[in-house]
Amino acid sequence: MQPGNRNDDCTCNCKNVNDFSGLDLILSDYLHVPGSLIIILQKAQNLYGYLSRDVIAHIAKTTGITQAKIYGVATFYTQFRLKPIGKHLILLCQGTACHVSGSKLIEDVVCKELGISDGETTADGLFTLNNVACLGCCSLAPVMMVQSGGEDETYGNLNKESVKEILKSIRHQGNV
Amino acid sequence: MLNEYMIINGARIPFKDEKNILDVVRNAGIDLPTFCYYSELSVYGACRMCIVEDSRGEILTACSTPPKTGMAIKTNTPKLQKHRKIILKLLLASHCRECTTCSKSGTCRLQDLANRFGIKEIRFDKSEKAFKDEYPIDESSPSIIRNPNKCIHCGDCVRMCSEKQNVGAIDFAQRGYELKVCPAFDMPIAETECVNCGQCAAVCPTGAIVIKCHISQVWEAVHDSSKRVIAQVAPAVRFALGEEFHIPSGENVMPLIAAAMRKIGFDEIYDTSFGADLTVIEETGEFADKLSSGAKLPLFTSCCPAWIKYVENRHPDIMPQISTCKSPQQMFGTVIKEYHKSASNTDGRETIVVSIMPCTAKKGEALREEFKRDGKQDVDLVITTQELSNMFYEAGINFDRLEPEALDMPFGIFSGAGLIFGVTGGVTEAVIRKITEDKTHNGINNVQFCGARGLEGVKEFEFPLGERQLKIAVVSGLKNADDLILKIKSGEIHYDFIEVMACPNGCINGAGQPHGKTFERESRAKGIYAADKQSRIRHSDANPMLAPLYEGVLVGRTHELLHVHYQSTS
Ligand code: SF4
Ligand code: SF4
Ligand code: FES
Ligand code: FES
Repeated sequence: MQPGNRNDDCTCNCKNVNDFSGLDLILSDYLHVPGSLIIILQKAQNLYGYLSRDVIAHIAKTTGITQAKIYGVATFYTQFRLKPIGKHLILLCQGTACHVSGSKLIEDVVCKELGISDGETTADGLFTLNNVACLGCCSLAPVMMVQSGGEDETYGNLNKESVKEILKSIRHQGNV
Repeated sequence: MLNEYMIINGARIPFKDEKNILDVVRNAGIDLPTFCYYSELSVYGACRMCIVEDSRGEILTACSTPPKTGMAIKTNTPKLQKHRKIILKLLLASHCRECTTCSKSGTCRLQDLANRFGIKEIRFDKSEKAFKDEYPIDESSPSIIRNPNKCIHCGDCVRMCSEKQNVGAIDFAQRGYELKVCPAFDMPIAETECVNCGQCAAVCPTGAIVIKCHISQVWEAVHDSSKRVIAQVAPAVRFALGEEFHIPSGENVMPLIAAAMRKIGFDEIYDTSFGADLTVIEETGEFADKLSSGAKLPLFTSCCPAWIKYVENRHPDIMPQISTCKSPQQMFGTVIKEYHKSASNTDGRETIVVSIMPCTAKKGEALREEFKRDGKQDVDLVITTQELSNMFYEAGINFDRLEPEALDMPFGIFSGAGLIFGVTGGVTEAVIRKITEDKTHNGINNVQFCGARGLEGVKEFEFPLGERQLKIAVVSGLKNADDLILKIKSGEIHYDFIEVMACPNGCINGAGQPHGKTFERESRAKGIYAADKQSRIRHSDANPMLAPLYEGVLVGRTHELLHVHYQSTS
């Protein structure tokens, strides 16, 4: 059974979630390249913002790889998202350096401020929080990166206060 | 090759074409423990129970290492003992401990090995998971229950479902401590393409996937005096149930089953082989019509509900080529219900039809809307061979010491052709017995050489019918079926008739049977053919109880009562 078409009551900002023409283009490029599932998933995620059930079902149908296997791959790698993300994606580092410099504390603050926990999106669709492993700038630990549209902004040497400020200013930006 | 040998625990053990050390060790009579090895599935090498030590003190997994001549290994050194124990303890640390209430208790391989290796305490007791059910239990399927809390991640189910059945309803998801085996999006298994074949449960070494049990509903019916409980016992059941009571596999224990079932309160005990005889008549008629009208062929058999579900999921376009015959279980259910409707055959009690099946997919079949009439199921309850033997245990029946008894009349009469439905190739052979012109004893006997017999997953042969050479294929295992369908669709091959059973080797190896090793399946098949040979009625036409039916309840209603149009096709 294919998961149903949930477009009508879709509240997220991914208008094109049931338009598979872009996905079909990606698929036609890779259909005959063995071992290209991960690339397909990456490109699909770039296109739709996340891997919806319908997208995975469509990939399964076209490639003949089972949905269960694709789900397995998509949940194995942290780079893949199965839920729509907010306008601003917070990648909060929980790598070793950040961990010893108190990244858990930072997470607590973010969660409290936004009312969400790891992997969730705020009701207004503005923020998504994702804990990630080392972002590669350990000297600035604790670190977080905020992806908004195509832009990445990295914030380092975080503390309770600075994090709150950052969130506040991003929210303001969005509202101007 | 000449004289290849290995040295196992100091003894010289010859080998020939064994694929791995494990087989050589087992041939030498040593029962090396395994969780993740099945000779018919791909080698996974994950559980590391099968470890052996070579002469340099290196540890190898026997299941994934090919034998080399002269190679010396030991199977039970202190090092190996220590490793195995640690592995087991680690598995147990995150495993639910509710052994006493687990339906796998007594047959669980984890429990067995923990006993065998004397695991008395588990040091790694940090895991809270062992004491509370972290993952919800999935009871959505009519056939199986998934309890991921008991999973040891051996992957046997995953490989069975994808490699043999080509379904791939379940797979590994997440990773690390979160690793689990589940359907896509962790949705209920009933919402996936699962075909209810139960083969995942048959290979699961623990209680993580088990067959859904309907014993209590059957007890309830049996103990209710306002109900007349009628049983139909499928062909394959009688050649395997004895195994649960130390009777060699393949021995026909139907007379003991009849005796035991009467003792526990069944009112009438009949044989699904009778339903199979009806199927033979109907299906052969359908085949003949298709042949003469030039309809699109092949005609695919329809006895196996897992196969039907697979076609609905994957190849809806060939649905018109699937025989419209109900399965023997459902034909029988309908006929019994009709028969007991007429006043002379009823004493006011409600008729409950219970099937005893080697199969878990039949549990799902009985629930299908197409098999309900006036809102009621034709077959009310389905239990497996294993469940029936559990009922005997529970009732304290000394099965192997019972006096044999006969089945009830009128539906206890059946032909050998109906009986052999229980093994791959049986339906085909039964149909050929019906179409072959020579119905003499020898004529029927000779059909056995047509090519339908044997436990291979794919068999192809030709059979002459009048001017024509019929092209016939017999497959078991859905992967084999799928391969064939693709070839037919591409125009590479053509057949006139194809028998498909979802379970590898057919119903004798159904998931509801006691879990058979290869040799047990072989003896079950032998048993079936031996019983067929001994039966006085060899082809379905000769079943004397059919005529009264066709002249009675079936008059003018054969299509309505014995055929089905699956709703998915309309
Ligand atoms: S019952 Fe059969 S189809 Fe369903 S998950 Fe198990 S092996 Fe796969
Ligand atoms: S469910 Fe059973 S067969 Fe499947 S991986 Fe877990 S323990 Fe192994
Ligand atoms: S550990 Fe956080 S950036 Fe490296
Ligand atoms: S049986 Fe060899 S590793 Fe599992």
